[in-house]
Amino acid sequence: MKKVFSRPRSLKETPFHYCPGCGHSVIHRLVAEVIDELGLRERTVGVPPAGCAVLAYNYFDVDMVEAPHGRAAAVATGIKRILPDRVVFTYQGDGDIAAIGTAETIHAANRGERVTCIFVNNAVYGMTGGQMAPTTLLGQVTTTSPQGRLARREGNPLDLSQMLAVAAGSVYIERTSVTSPKNILKTRKAIKKAFLTQLEDKGFSLVEILSPCPTNWKMTPSEAIRWVDESMTKFFPLKVIKDAV
Amino acid sequence: MAKKVLMRGTHVLGEAAIRAGCRAYFGYPITPQNELPEYMAAAFVKMDDAVFLQAESELASINMVIGASVAGARVMTSSSSPGVSLKQEGISYLAGMELPAVVVNMMRGGPGLGNIAPSQSDYFQATRGGGHGDYRTIVLAPAYGQEIADMTVAAFDLADHYRTPVMILGDGMMGQMMEPVVLPEPVDLASLPSKDWLLDGCAGRPSRIMRSLWLDPPLLEELNWRLARKYEAITREIPDQEMYLLDDADLVVAAYGTAARIAKGAVHRAREMGIRVGLYRPKTLWPFPAEALAQMSRSIGEIIVFELNIGQMVEDVRLAVEGKCGVSFYGRPGGVVPTPEELARIISSTYHKLESRRHGGADISGEAGLRAVGSV
Ligand SMILES: Cc1ncc(C[n+]2csc(CCOP(=O)(O)OP(=O)(O)O)c2C)c(N)n1
Ligand code: SF4
Repeated sequence: MKKVFSRPRSLKETPFHYCPGCGHSVIHRLVAEVIDELGLRERTVGVPPAGCAVLAYNYFDVDMVEAPHGRAAAVATGIKRILPDRVVFTYQGDGDIAAIGTAETIHAANRGERVTCIFVNNAVYGMTGGQMAPTTLLGQVTTTSPQGRLARREGNPLDLSQMLAVAAGSVYIERTSVTSPKNILKTRKAIKKAFLTQLEDKGFSLVEILSPCPTNWKMTPSEAIRWVDESMTKFFPLKVIKDAV
Repeated sequence: MAKKVLMRGTHVLGEAAIRAGCRAYFGYPITPQNELPEYMAAAFVKMDDAVFLQAESELASINMVIGASVAGARVMTSSSSPGVSLKQEGISYLAGMELPAVVVNMMRGGPGLGNIAPSQSDYFQATRGGGHGDYRTIVLAPAYGQEIADMTVAAFDLADHYRTPVMILGDGMMGQMMEPVVLPEPVDLASLPSKDWLLDGCAGRPSRIMRSLWLDPPLLEELNWRLARKYEAITREIPDQEMYLLDDADLVVAAYGTAARIAKGAVHRAREMGIRVGLYRPKTLWPFPAEALAQMSRSIGEIIVFELNIGQMVEDVRLAVEGKCGVSFYGRPGGVVPTPEELARIISSTYHKLESRRHGGADISGEAGLRAVGSV
């Protein structure tokens, strides 16, 4: 019998702590599958953030160093500059990469650091309990935008990926989601291309993945998936944002 | 015999770091220490195995230091006071993850933007950890060009040995001063002890993780106690000080770094006036070399602590002597650097005050011009 589903070698057996319907579990699996497929497990160093994925080092069976909140791109830069033949990836939430870590991310991209960022956009601060994120949509209610995000008051959502595309050193940036088998496959392909961009020494690569957070959105997993498809993609359309590979 | 070369302090530090095996430097420009990153940039650009990167901020640079350290490099960053404030988050993570790194602070006047003149305004920040969490940073305080060279080598060795960040605390004047030094011999990188914790991909071994998050309190307590034991060992093993003309001294000036150079000149002048005064100069600020001071405290009249600030190290001196002798303070903050003559007058008036007290007479010394804050 053909085995169609097994744990990727690059994932440990530790069960995920993520909430049911959370995008992080699927995304972890996709990253691990790509690392396996490209045969990179023994030359990869991962940099998880402060955020719901802070415990990613308990799941990935590769070398992992936790970064301070927002600083993953700088930590990754330090590693990659010392070990240029290793593969370095960061795994960051929207608050991590697009609020507190904006400067580190933009400058790593602009320098064309040969690192790959996995940017998980769930439009809220998951770990700290659902506060407003830089990617929170207009009108979206969070614990710190209780009347819904208003541009005049809370500011507009930020499209970091679009900003990063402007940086000369970024080479490949794509936005995907994990709301359907088709979207999951596309995400896997994008992650693979991002790692290949690094392997081929082309420059900075990033995959932004729209990811459901049913817990903080106060939705069921299927409602959350629908909200990604119907609301999030309006402001954050799924597309290749930059491909200069 | 090794040859002496005439070099400014920042260049001595950079060259000694390279000879100590430093192969990565990350920093952000700030006066008065820019000659150091400039030296590193010029040197590293010619070396195949070295990385120089001017980061977008001190926050980014200290986090690049974390990355390079975790990847196994001997790594350094440098800055001056406002920039070192920004580095504190990263220093706390270095301490928590037990990562070696060398951080240089060429202090300037503060608080805020302050100015760019030489100061010792960051003693508390340096010796009390500086960032959040229960940790300490080894702090080395050179006073002379030769010591900058020697302590820079020691800083890298101590950082690796104890797996902890080490700070070299200087100031702008020290960085600019041209002095003859004998540079250290370059180390053979292959001879350095291997690091069985570094992250370079898990080829042929189980994967490793490096973290400072311990959600379970008993586990974090365990880390904290492990760090505490390490800090105890450091406190036993490395305190160091210079004891200058102290054998017959009635009066002691305690000062470090640039202040100690001024103090030495003042001690000479006071000796010429017949005052038996000596200098106690901590070379390690954390751990503070309290032992030798405590022993001395029984036989001397008073310790004058002299700092280029409003009184910081004076607290460690008071703790060390536990009330067994008087401790007074004289300081010039804000980047003002007094002359040895000015300090000699303070020594002289303190001495005469002590003398008259000893002979039961009235205190005839004038307090005018004495910028002392409190005498114990
Ligand atoms: C310096 C600092 N500030 C704040 C925090 C608290 N904090 C931890 S995670 C986080 C945001 C998490 O949101 P996001 O990056 O979007 O990731 P998610 O949890 O949604 O996956 C914050 C604010 C911290 N750890 N460090
Ligand atoms: S809070 Fe949201 S992001 Fe965090 S684990 Fe739960 S569903 Fe996922």
